[in-house]
Amino acid sequence: MFRSAAAPALRASRALSSRTALRTSMALRAMSSTSQAPLRSLDAFTDEEQMLRETVVKFGEDVVAPRVREMDENEMMDPEVIQGLFDTGLMGIETSEELGGAGFGFTSAIIAIEELAKFDPSVSVMCDVHNTLVNTVIRKYGTQEQKEKYLPKLATSELGSFCLSEPASGSDAFALQTRAKKDGNSWVLNGSKMWITNSYEANVFLIFANVDPSKGYKGITCFIAEKDMGIQIAKKEQKLGIRASSTCTLNFDDLKIPEENVIGEVGKGYKIAIEILNEGRIGIAAQMLGLAQGAFDKAVPYTYQRSQFGQPVGTFQGMAFQIAQAAIDIESARLLTYNAARRKEEGLDFTKEAAMAKYTASVVAQKVSGQAIEWAGGVGFTRETGIEKYWRDSKIGAIYEGTSNIQLQTIAKFIQKQYS
Amino acid sequence: MRPSAARLLNILVPVKRTIDYAVKIRVNPDQKGVDLNNPFDEIAVEEAVRLREKLKDQVKSIKVVTIGPPKSIDTLRTALAMGADSGVHVEIPDSAPSPEPLGIAKALRAVIERQKEGVDLVILGKQAIDDDSSQTGQMLAGLLDWPQATFASKLVVDAAKKEANVTREIDGGLEELKCRLPLIVTTDLRLNEPRYASLPNIMKAKKKPIEKLSASDLGVDLTPRVETLKVTEPPKRVGGGKVENVDELIAKLKEAGITAVKA
Repeated sequence: MFRSAAAPALRASRALSSRTALRTSMALRAMSSTSQAPLRSLDAFTDEEQMLRETVVKFGEDVVAPRVREMDENEMMDPEVIQGLFDTGLMGIETSEELGGAGFGFTSAIIAIEELAKFDPSVSVMCDVHNTLVNTVIRKYGTQEQKEKYLPKLATSELGSFCLSEPASGSDAFALQTRAKKDGNSWVLNGSKMWITNSYEANVFLIFANVDPSKGYKGITCFIAEKDMGIQIAKKEQKLGIRASSTCTLNFDDLKIPEENVIGEVGKGYKIAIEILNEGRIGIAAQMLGLAQGAFDKAVPYTYQRSQFGQPVGTFQGMAFQIAQAAIDIESARLLTYNAARRKEEGLDFTKEAAMAKYTASVVAQKVSGQAIEWAGGVGFTRETGIEKYWRDSKIGAIYEGTSNIQLQTIAKFIQKQYS
Repeated sequence: MRPSAARLLNILVPVKRTIDYAVKIRVNPDQKGVDLNNPFDEIAVEEAVRLREKLKDQVKSIKVVTIGPPKSIDTLRTALAMGADSGVHVEIPDSAPSPEPLGIAKALRAVIERQKEGVDLVILGKQAIDDDSSQTGQMLAGLLDWPQATFASKLVVDAAKKEANVTREIDGGLEELKCRLPLIVTTDLRLNEPRYASLPNIMKAKKKPIEKLSASDLGVDLTPRVETLKVTEPPKRVGGGKVENVDELIAKLKEAGITAVKA
């Protein structure tokens, strides 16, 4: 088909950025022996990243695993888990060492989020929001004073929360209605936020409010506030999954915030929101990935132990094929997630890749966790073994930090730009 | 004010990277789940770090040493991340046979003799989980002619007096020893519970120095002297049976020829 005379002309006329990229990378590989470091497989990690992974696994086994069931049944995060996250240094992963953090890179945060999710996606999302949303906003857009004031305590003792969504604005984030009015040296906020993760336990809140609705989204501003400034934590949601992760409604009733607590510029909050959610997307991808892997790791060994009709059920071809397919799905999600993370670390464009990773990981999480229940049979359906919990936890993956439809729309827009 | 201690403690902790064939539970995405740091060695490192937390400036240095192939350096890195100050890697090629306790003990002696500031305390795991020899610490003490306190479940050190009180777990119960430094201690399970390296410590460990040596640098021959002739599995257990009540149990025992009952 492609060998007709017209084809080369057709190919030449299509300036496909992907093809250009392929040619460029092939040319680079040819030069690589002399000019740059060898390109490595997507599952290559540094020694520090490996050690971090091992530390998180140990933490998960010792501190999280024994408490998962109780936290889920009680819909409450155990303070020992939160303290353990701080003590292990998991709440300041990318924060610099001078400011009390661990000084690791973005992929390291992704590794931590993935490994935590294998034990409990609720604990994972707490760590994810705190690191990839709250810490990163302050690191990227904060003044030196703001960084010195907030990053150390966020790394060592205080939990952070990211407040963007409202009762009337989720996907349409810029339609937010929380208002901020200048009053002398302060801003006074009025409004509500809804679906806010970590809010029950948090002390530091990043709040997006509009200072000038007549400017539309260009009035949106990012504020940093502390609980004792008067933030009211209202209804805590009772959820299908990630039940130990607190999700509350917040009310601001003439909440007074000092003017030095504006992060970035007044009216530029929308930019912060978009950019940070792009990164945060990779974090959720990692959470869903860890969830899928955790469910798989729990159910599959069981299928090689449980025998029916004289053989382990996992060795029946039908089951084996399903298990193999699930492993393929997880590996695909894994490569999408880690490639997006590395692209971000390298300073490359990653928005499309992040959207692909988050979308895929959430789909895989739901599929594999559902299968895990079926593979384990009746035992998978009881709450005791903890397998069904992954399936309940997975549903949120298609909803928060950008619904699946929003992800598809983002990806489609990129493709349209590229191909038309 | 107390005068400063006449001598500060230099602690050496040998560590071994082992393979645990029994580990099936932890599934690692890169399928490397079976290589571990010897758990008893982790307890040893933890004990050294705790001694420093207790004695503070009186502990001058905690050095960790490993004798093994290139991959063994990971064991050192974990120990550095737990709080050791520096490491020594006596590297042997991947193809070399696993060294035996006597070879290790000789190498450790050589390492100790190289330390300009001397070594006051050597804390080792009581045994490695791959060969379960439980020989290295004892042999090292013999070679150095130092006192030894093995299977320690409690260690209290008085740096100024250069003494240590060690509680040992023995078959009959607990034994308490008072020893003079320099001393060899081997750790038992109940000595402590090792911390996991926190993230900031993993980062700090990157900057800690690791000295690389070879067996010939130490003038030590690590060739094994013991040849394994045969490895066999224990005989398969013959299935038992279930009984309904005590009478049936007694009947079955009688059948098996077990009749005598002491009053």
